[in-house]
Amino acid sequence: MKRKLVLVGNGMAGVRCIEEILKLNREAFEITIFGSEPHPNYNRILLSKVLQGDTSIDEITLNSWEWYEQNGIRLFAGETVTDIDHEEQLVRTDRGRVVEYDELILATGSNPFILPVPGADLPGVTAFRDIQDCERMIEYAKTYKKAAVIGGGLLGLEAARGLLNLGMDVDVIHIFDYLMERQLDPTASKLLQRELEKQGMNFLLRKETAELFGNGRVEGVRFKDGTSIAADLVVMAVGIRPNVDLARRSGIAVNRGIIVNDYLETNVPHIYAVGECAEHRGVVYGLVAPLYEQGKVLAQVICGRKGKSYEGSVVSTQLKVSGVDVFSAGEFMDGEGTESIKLYDEARSVYKKVVVREGKIVGAVLFGDTSEGRKLLDMIQRGDSLEALSLSLLAPASSGGKESLVATMADTDVVCGCNGVTKGAICQAIAEHGLKTVAEVRDYTNASRSCGGCKGLVAELLEHMLGEEVNRYTVKETICGCTNLSREEVIAAIKEKRLMTVKEVMSVLGWKKEEGCSKCRPALNYYLGMLYPGEYDEEVESLFVNERLHANIQADGTYSVVPRMYGGVTTAEQLRKIADVAEKYNVPMIKLTGGQRIDLLGVKKEDLPRIWADLGMPSGYAYAKALRTVKTCVGKQFCRFGTQDSTGLGIRMEQTFERLKTPHKVKMAVSACPRNCAESGIKDVGVVGVEGGWEIYVGGNGGTHLRAADLLCTVKTEEEVMEMTGAFLQYYRESAHYLERTSKWVERVGLEHIREVLFDVEMRRALLERLHKALSATKDPWREIVENERLQQTLFCDLGDKEPVPVE
Amino acid sequence: MMRVKVGTIEQLPKRLGKCVHIGVLELALFRTQDDRVYAVENRCPHKGGDLSQGIVSGEYVFCPLHDWKICLRDGQAQAPDEGCVKTYRATVEDGCVYVELQETGE
Repeated sequence: MKRKLVLVGNGMAGVRCIEEILKLNREAFEITIFGSEPHPNYNRILLSKVLQGDTSIDEITLNSWEWYEQNGIRLFAGETVTDIDHEEQLVRTDRGRVVEYDELILATGSNPFILPVPGADLPGVTAFRDIQDCERMIEYAKTYKKAAVIGGGLLGLEAARGLLNLGMDVDVIHIFDYLMERQLDPTASKLLQRELEKQGMNFLLRKETAELFGNGRVEGVRFKDGTSIAADLVVMAVGIRPNVDLARRSGIAVNRGIIVNDYLETNVPHIYAVGECAEHRGVVYGLVAPLYEQGKVLAQVICGRKGKSYEGSVVSTQLKVSGVDVFSAGEFMDGEGTESIKLYDEARSVYKKVVVREGKIVGAVLFGDTSEGRKLLDMIQRGDSLEALSLSLLAPASSGGKESLVATMADTDVVCGCNGVTKGAICQAIAEHGLKTVAEVRDYTNASRSCGGCKGLVAELLEHMLGEEVNRYTVKETICGCTNLSREEVIAAIKEKRLMTVKEVMSVLGWKKEEGCSKCRPALNYYLGMLYPGEYDEEVESLFVNERLHANIQADGTYSVVPRMYGGVTTAEQLRKIADVAEKYNVPMIKLTGGQRIDLLGVKKEDLPRIWADLGMPSGYAYAKALRTVKTCVGKQFCRFGTQDSTGLGIRMEQTFERLKTPHKVKMAVSACPRNCAESGIKDVGVVGVEGGWEIYVGGNGGTHLRAADLLCTVKTEEEVMEMTGAFLQYYRESAHYLERTSKWVERVGLEHIREVLFDVEMRRALLERLHKALSATKDPWREIVENERLQQTLFCDLGDKEPVPVE
Repeated sequence: MMRVKVGTIEQLPKRLGKCVHIGVLELALFRTQDDRVYAVENRCPHKGGDLSQGIVSGEYVFCPLHDWKICLRDGQAQAPDEGCVKTYRATVEDGCVYVELQETGE
């Protein structure tokens, strides 16, 4: 049964968290969302752009009504949750609805702070917070001319710019003596003020509002110093307050915001808070990037994969006023223990400051040219030292010859801070999907989907990529040409959507060719078998002929048959049987294989089932992507130098891992001493007996790409050899690409990584458990076919010889 | 024109080839997922591989020896490989499969 997940608050933080949850597990939850506003989720940050006339309300919708529908989410818009009963685990709404929850996310956001002064409730006074406020201001501007904005912070300035665009005269009232004091130092602030004054804003600084006056509707603002101004519209943009009423009423711990720990958990079990309503380590964030970071962590927690915790964010700000570029991040004020590097070009109105503490870059302010903002923010977040800062980064943009910034960015550098999208991810998407526009990049990667501050960078990147750069990123290894997905993506989708057949995988994941090809079909067949041991029935028509017919096809269309001989040991009786069969079926050649087995070559396809029946021996799997043989030396029983019973161990290994399917063929060997007569150094798993123990080597290959195996570990007992080998095989089964030999795989994922996995007791236990599940589901294929008449008909019988008949 | 009844449609499993000998000819017969039936010469143009044992995908077969991709409709090997196998017209009447022994195409 699906668990019930309720989200209170249909804003950016909450819905993003839901998106992350859907990414992790589409099927786990029945999701209900309540939002007090009557709209689907929209981008509040861009409201100022709407006010400024740069964009429309429709364009700032983040998740359309269809999105909720497509994802099976119940949305109650325009409905407010009034009450949480955490004993009964249910919420109640202002429409009398009662909804139960197993997990509850509070994302109630914040409310604009309204100054508690007389007249604050007069008509003509508004906050700037939601679509309704925005619409109201646009409406006012049609009739009235004189506006006052209280608050010289980010939001106030963006609102003021919008009102200017709507044709109003605008006074900006600020209590401090410089603007955006929470983001800028005095120098940058003064430059900003100068620029905005040029645009037509009028500033009243160091003014504290005493009251708003007016007869019936607002007519002006009076200050504590006794002065006053006239105003037909007053916009309060003095700050926001976390909306914690519901939480407080419901007995959830609240300080300024709802108190959460590093996993966004409140003090009440199964209730979480995310976004502007949450207080984490004493900080309430009002910017989008931290909210998204929180959403990611919370999604993991809710899906039961508590992983990385949230540890707070370094925030950055960019003002969205056309013609003004302002950026700040981290610790931007000069102060005790900080030093700074400054560039101040008064003539061009360019100011750049990088703040350094104990040799590390901790903050920055940019005015006039903010193109390096992202790069600096990355450096701050990483805690780069001053040496990492190239001074040319600060060179004025007009100095000419400056290399395109995007070209100098590393793939891991973040381009879109709101959504944490790296340069590499964007380039990859551009290359893979042939993206041509910023909008397409946004749809594929989320970059520039929120504040839009990175649009310029994205555009630059596009331009840059559409040049020669594009080739560098087309390297994602897809399974084959029938899909754009990599092995990892396909396996994740199979697990997540529980796809059970080759056909299902192809149709659900949008295969380009309906029936795939000779590369993807066998690969999918393998992955499904590996993921669902005992449950998945191999699809014979997707198997390469050797594995379909359980014999090796030879150049002349005949087949070869290799019966199993554990550890290379045989008996007179077996030899006699093999000799009899060879005679009876006129086998043209009998040969010893490199793996110490006997090969009957030149067998006709239709004779195969009868030969197997006559032999009465299990298949040697000489044809399969599976364990083939375990080659052994004579060992201490007979050899003068042998220190261990290599033959005994070889037989045991072969009997244990027999029939185990693997991404490619697997060969093993056990030698009883370092002379290595069984050639353990060039096997997928090679075991070498030494005095008092065994050395285990992995990743060796005697084939085209000759490779000496690496020493994985040394163990004391046979038991430990079995355990390490089993875990190694299972990990190889689970993480290698289909047709990737262990030699390549070990090099790709790294021996150290494999060690980390195998030496972890818990992981090893889990791997062995899955291995034994897979082993217990296997059957000897020769016997199965011998006993199954229908399979013989389908796979081994031809249509015979026919005579042509003349027709009219 | 000569034609020959090679078997019944039931004898042709979907996407698994069958071989048939007619005089000196050796043909590979295929029934696709959507029940079309094709007959081609059972020798890959590359090294004579047994095409009837290849993996069938849509109207193509992949040779089991070296993975050449051959079109069942016109017998053409797909790029980058070059070559062609002979194709024959195969029809189904009342559940019986017939092959006409006059090469189609070229």
